[in-house]
Amino acid sequence: MITMEHVCKSYKIAKRNAGFGEACKSLFHRKYEEIQALNDVTFSILEGEMVGYIGPNGAGKSSTIKILSGILTPDKGTVFVDGRIPYKNRIAHVREIGVVFGQRSQLWWDVPVIDSFELLKDIYSIPDSMYRTNLEELTERLQLQELLRSPARQLSLGQRMRCEIGASLLHSPKILFLDEPTIGLDAVSKLSVRDFIKQQNKLHKTTVILTTHDMQDIEALTRRIIHIGKGRILMDGTLEDIRQGGENMDETIAELYRSYDIYT
Amino acid sequence: MKKYLSFFRLRFIMGLQYRAAALAGIITQFAWGFLEIMVFRAFYQTNPYDFPMDFSAAVSYIWMQQAFLAFFATWQMETEIFDSIRDGNIAYELCRPIGIYHMWFSRNMAQRMSRGALRCFPILIVAVFLPRPFRLEPPASFGHFVLFLVTLFLGLAVTVASCMLVYAVTFFIISPLGVRMVFTSAADFLSGAVIPLPFLPAKIQYVIELLPFASMQNVPLRVYSGSMSMGEMEKAVFLQIFWLIFLVFLGQILFKIAERRVAVQGG
Repeated sequence: MITMEHVCKSYKIAKRNAGFGEACKSLFHRKYEEIQALNDVTFSILEGEMVGYIGPNGAGKSSTIKILSGILTPDKGTVFVDGRIPYKNRIAHVREIGVVFGQRSQLWWDVPVIDSFELLKDIYSIPDSMYRTNLEELTERLQLQELLRSPARQLSLGQRMRCEIGASLLHSPKILFLDEPTIGLDAVSKLSVRDFIKQQNKLHKTTVILTTHDMQDIEALTRRIIHIGKGRILMDGTLEDIRQGGENMDETIAELYRSYDIYT
Repeated sequence: MKKYLSFFRLRFIMGLQYRAAALAGIITQFAWGFLEIMVFRAFYQTNPYDFPMDFSAAVSYIWMQQAFLAFFATWQMETEIFDSIRDGNIAYELCRPIGIYHMWFSRNMAQRMSRGALRCFPILIVAVFLPRPFRLEPPASFGHFVLFLVTLFLGLAVTVASCMLVYAVTFFIISPLGVRMVFTSAADFLSGAVIPLPFLPAKIQYVIELLPFASMQNVPLRVYSGSMSMGEMEKAVFLQIFWLIFLVFLGQILFKIAERRVAVQGG
């Protein structure tokens, strides 16, 4: 379903020291540093799999998601998603995938959520019947009845996230990318989001790739974990592979990060 | 096509819900319109024969300009678009099976048209009932009115197409502020937003009228006030169409390049 082979991606970052003098100097001579966001990343994911993609901040998780969803072009390497090269034909590719960026919003701020949904229906050219069944199903499973008619700006974060996830599934994508879907959510909202994702994978065989810092997300949702640090894949295995004893997940992961010396 | 239309529709509906902003806009535009008319009147009173437009044509120009300010004010660009490029929210828009250029073009058209629709009628209605010579006069003929509507639409499209170039530039630099300021100041002067173009010296006017800026509000406002000859109108419409095609073409190329090298900011 998804294969990434030897993918590299680097960014240029302008750097300077603090202060006025330094700022003036950088007017004439700017120093750039190359940051290797992804360094020879290789993995493959099967249809219907649910994969947790973890790693410390800045490890390259979001870059991977962005490459897979066709937003970024990698410097090197080959990427195939469902037989397509995402960045070659963005429009054809994104029609088949759903994406949720936990830290951003895709809903139109000042209008009721249902208006955003209707717009997405037209953007994805979703047939009426499919839209209606999907909307009905999502409304019920995500408990959106009360939310659909309020403007997005007046929803709480948890309510909004449920709407965001709904919005990204209206066109029945085969693959769902979730970039920190539970960030900032309270316990109840987290649980309902997790339940929903699990169901989605079971009911519709949707392939799910999820990045998170919340180890309970991983425990609750995925069997397979891909662990990335400093742009490299460090481990590709199961939950049991990283958990040696019975200690708590956060500690295990922190220990893991330290042992790989990837935490900078 | 349908997706762009519904995009347009949603943006239009959204624009219609900001009532307080519209009211404030109407009041500002009235005050501004009166002020401008008073200044022109002072000039005309010294010697009315020295001017390229007669006073009532200048008055109609000003009222129409105020009524359709939202159509043509180049400084009314969408901050949301600039922000989405700056902070990386554009990531979501890139995840849609839709061309960014077309999407933003229809979005800008809708925003300007909804603002214009809310604001124009109160201004037009009041201006029609003012005492002479401050009154908005009807167009010179029915033909002029039809041509006014056509050039109004073309002018709006040219305005949006040039704003699209400013959005495109934002992809390549971090802060759009400087480009925006240069663009809007130039456009304000060269499009006839500050003073109608016929008031400029003939040679300068000749050159300026060839620029894309002159294809914005200059054409419809002057067609309406009847201060253009038949030949001038033909040339102006031709230039509007030419610039529209050229700017859209250029914008699409820039967007293609931008999309390929975009770096989504902010994680």
